[in-house]
Amino acid sequence: MAYSDKVIDHYENPRNVGTFKTETDIDAGEVGTGLVGAPACGDVMRLEIRVVDGTIADARFKTFGCGSAIASSSLATEMIKGMTLDQAAQIKNTQIVEELNLPPVKIHCSVLAEDAIKAAIEDYKKKRSK
Amino acid sequence: MTAATKPIEIPVPTGVKLPIFLDNHSTTAVDPRVVETMIPFFTEHYGNAASRNHVFGWTAEAAVENARGQIAALLGGDAKEIVLTSGATESNNLAIKGAASFLKKQGNHIITVETEHKSVLDTCKRLQREGFEITYLRPAKDGLVTPEQVVEAMTDKTILVSIMVANNEIGVVQPIEAIGAAVKARNPKALFHTDAVQAFGKVPFDVEKAKVDLAAVSAHKLYGPKGIGALWVRRKPRVRIDPIIDGGGHERGMRSGTLPVPLIVGFGKAAALAMDEMAAETLRVRALRDRLYRGITSRLTETYVNGSLECRLPGNLNISFAFVEGESLLMALKDIAVSSGSACTSASLEPSYVLRALGVGDELAHTSIRFGIGRFNTEAEVDYVIELVARSVERLRSLSPLWEMHQDGIDLNSIQWTPH
Repeated sequence: MAYSDKVIDHYENPRNVGTFKTETDIDAGEVGTGLVGAPACGDVMRLEIRVVDGTIADARFKTFGCGSAIASSSLATEMIKGMTLDQAAQIKNTQIVEELNLPPVKIHCSVLAEDAIKAAIEDYKKKRSK
Repeated sequence: MTAATKPIEIPVPTGVKLPIFLDNHSTTAVDPRVVETMIPFFTEHYGNAASRNHVFGWTAEAAVENARGQIAALLGGDAKEIVLTSGATESNNLAIKGAASFLKKQGNHIITVETEHKSVLDTCKRLQREGFEITYLRPAKDGLVTPEQVVEAMTDKTILVSIMVANNEIGVVQPIEAIGAAVKARNPKALFHTDAVQAFGKVPFDVEKAKVDLAAVSAHKLYGPKGIGALWVRRKPRVRIDPIIDGGGHERGMRSGTLPVPLIVGFGKAAALAMDEMAAETLRVRALRDRLYRGITSRLTETYVNGSLECRLPGNLNISFAFVEGESLLMALKDIAVSSGSACTSASLEPSYVLRALGVGDELAHTSIRFGIGRFNTEAEVDYVIELVARSVERLRSLSPLWEMHQDGIDLNSIQWTPH
């Protein structure tokens, strides 16, 4: 199976890799983390958002998964930057499928990325409501 | 972005040509000496080996008989016991379906192993739907089954035991002689079939020593052409099976169809070369495999060899790189032909059933890579692959949340995952 150029680009040059945990200047209260998937299923994504004034100021990810999973999460971090939480929560996996030209067998990678965004937002809101 | 996430670029050493083929369990390059032997049988000696009344037929027939002898010699059998087929999938089908059909009055029980090739397992599944009872033995963690295990599963209804010599994924070589002896001691009338494809010409295998009745082999795993294989069918005492292809009564009625003479000649030559060169080649290929193994494991932690390292084909290394998904690693190794037990490389999204049968957890099965070293690989290639694998795994681990958690001392089993 051949990969699309966009998948290869995100795989070779993943955007926003890492974790805010090691970035000392960041207030943990501004960060929401989504950890989705399972090692036994072959993919796990961790997506972190840093929210400033209701807007996603920055994002980080790390992914265990195939090239399409890595590309989906890398793209997701790019997409959500600058969005409000409500805007980010509206992102659909189909946008990722379209942007990366994912074949049917890889659609679950985009679903996981959508789940990761939602989980990160939820985590942030939960922290805030405490 | 950290430097570690950049793509890996390693200068290709002189003498190494990309892409590198390290997938010699899936198929092999045809040896140029084999090709050379085949060519005249396309354009000059193109007769039908079944034509009995002219020189074209006689020449073809003589070449086929010579090849039969070469193939049989490598198995320790007789030329008359070779039934030529289209390949090992057909040979396994013929052996199992043919034996089941012929012996159905004697019993309906068949024994095989969970790690067999699909051409054995799927054939057994079909027979199961037709009313046969199949026992699928589970190998130990190292991939091996024991003779005791096989005998214990045998009943008075057992007509066939089918156990491969060497596994195509993990390369594990079964104690086939001990198993054969045990099967025959329990019931001499039960047939013993073996899928010998991966072992043929790679490790010593002798049909007499292993007391087998049926043995499936093919040419293209042994530097011969694709599309030709054989089923060795014992004559003393005579083993009878029903054909699955009817027609002109070729191959003693067991497999009709015009013989592809050039392929057969190539198959014979490939077997003859293996006969002469196996001992030296085994040493060379094993040294390369060990170099690959040592190179990888000295550079990387958290790697796990799947299956016994001792009872293994000389060219096989099946290894899991924990916390790095297999397909993403294949993507990094785009100039290296290898395969993965990861679900993502198959349409089914299930990880390798062979690794599952060994009790390898799904999370590790997803991270496995199979390296298959063969006749034409070089030390320089192996060294390049070690460097590329080590740096690619390091890079992908730097992208892996699981690796980070592992480094932080978090027990991954303590986390509530969300299977999807």
